[in-house]
Amino acid sequence: MVHGSRLLLLPSAWALAGWQLLGSVWRLMHFCALILVVAFTPATYSQANRSLLARHVHAAVWEVLPWFTALSALLSLVLIRVVLVSAQSYGLSSYALEMVVRVLVLELIPLAAAMFVALRGGLVLPTLMPGQAASLAFWREELVPRLLAGVLAVLALALVSSAVALVQAYLMVHGPSPWGLPRYTRTVGHVFSPAVFLGFAFKTLLFSLAVSLVPMAASLELQARRRGLDAAAPGMVRLFLVLLQIEAASLAIKYI
Amino acid sequence: MTEHESPSPGAEQSVPAGIAHLELKAFLVLLLVVALAGGFGLYVMVARGVFEDTQRLVLLADDSEGVVVGADLTFAGFPIGRVSRIELAPDGLARLVIDVTRQDAHWLRTSSVFTMERGMVGEVRIRAFSGVLSDPPLPPDAQRPVLRGDTSAEIPRLVATTRALLDNLERMTGMNSSLNTALSNLGTASQRLTGPYGLLGGVLGSDEQASKVIDALDGTNSLLLRSGALLDESRSVLARADQRVLGAEGVVDQAQAALGQMNLVLMDARASLRAVDAVLAEAQAVAVNARLASTDLDVLRAELDASLRKLGYLVDEINRKWPLARDTGIRVP
Repeated sequence: MVHGSRLLLLPSAWALAGWQLLGSVWRLMHFCALILVVAFTPATYSQANRSLLARHVHAAVWEVLPWFTALSALLSLVLIRVVLVSAQSYGLSSYALEMVVRVLVLELIPLAAAMFVALRGGLVLPTLMPGQAASLAFWREELVPRLLAGVLAVLALALVSSAVALVQAYLMVHGPSPWGLPRYTRTVGHVFSPAVFLGFAFKTLLFSLAVSLVPMAASLELQARRRGLDAAAPGMVRLFLVLLQIEAASLAIKYI
Repeated sequence: MTEHESPSPGAEQSVPAGIAHLELKAFLVLLLVVALAGGFGLYVMVARGVFEDTQRLVLLADDSEGVVVGADLTFAGFPIGRVSRIELAPDGLARLVIDVTRQDAHWLRTSSVFTMERGMVGEVRIRAFSGVLSDPPLPPDAQRPVLRGDTSAEIPRLVATTRALLDNLERMTGMNSSLNTALSNLGTASQRLTGPYGLLGGVLGSDEQASKVIDALDGTNSLLLRSGALLDESRSVLARADQRVLGAEGVVDQAQAALGQMNLVLMDARASLRAVDAVLAEAQAVAVNARLASTDLDVLRAELDASLRKLGYLVDEINRKWPLARDTGIRVP
């Protein structure tokens, strides 16, 4: 009987879940619009807020950039070596460089940077006082610096790691000789057609915004519902879903 | 959202304070991101040849499958241009518009040949070959046909040929194939070769035939023996004939003596002929004298004729002067 009643309740439960999902998406979009408006308002960047922003940027980027770059360089080195040796064993070494650039720079490094910034957990909001979320000062002093720090962190980590990976790929293929530079540059140009370059830039920007916005929106939503302090887990799930959708859409546009 | 500007209680908690050169570091991070993004964009533009001075070249192909925008045009393995546009011409040909960098355009000459090759792996390769570098350089906006070499297009033909080859091989190795028959015949022949009559039995087809040949050979051998005896007898006959012909007082000696006697007879005949010759010379002298005598007779006869004519003339004169003379002349009326 219990199972039967649950089955009877299923359609209404699905409808309720769908309604809640739509409401959640709407609140996320609303939050994004509001915070972007606040972020693009010049009054947000007062001297005190700039200092706060600097602290967040320092915590999100400056502290992690060296060792993330080192870790990324190590993984890139392994991947480049694997791809090069595999391609040489099949007699396809002329395509190895293009594959390295496509796999590493275009796909893996931006995703790794976004995941790293998200998993680092510095973007989760502290417990709010009642009515604090409606305060403009809270948005200017707490949310906007976190947003900008997150965006800057993803961009910085992705760009620096990509640059390091490109240099590594050149050194692994041509060695320290400068004479391979024209051919290498041509290969990079061959990979980065205008559509691919714009897609790469747009995807990285969306990653950075998603990493900053989705956990904050989820955290605010849950605290508004007073569902407890464990606001990181549902935000992370949503974030991974959004990142997955962005990556899937990027791949679909690029290769289909 | 209310408009009060008091700092929020959580604002100072999440970020540690007291960091040296905080704003400078944040500015450096911002500068790094901007510089990397701008530099990467600039590098990609350089790599795409945005700042290169180019001239246009149009290649006409009957099929542009596999060619992508951005594909390289190579000369001796070096990329000197890239496909910027692919379009379908009104005559149904594919027009590959290629931007060739000015600094490399001198490798292309009016006699240059362009090929489009599609390998098993990778995209289509467009190549330029300039055999005579002293020819005039290729002008901008030139249109050239492109030769197509397609490896994958050869595969169906190769598969069809291989299938035909395999069919032939199958027919050759079948139970009733000629190769099998030939091999079995070869086996039979080799079996005969190892038989009592060996190669002869293999060549003639059976042992009976081979035995006949051997019998014939034996008969020939006995015939040869008899021929040898016959030859010995002939040799003794010849020796005897030689003795009779070439020996002492043989036919040859007698013939030689006869020839000596014949020589003497001939000498006698020569002397007789000389005597005859002298007689003939005298007869010739007689004949000359007779000819001279006949010449005098002619003169005598001529004088006789003249005397007779004179006598006739005299008789005629007497007749005219005689009284019974008649007028014998003919008068014209």
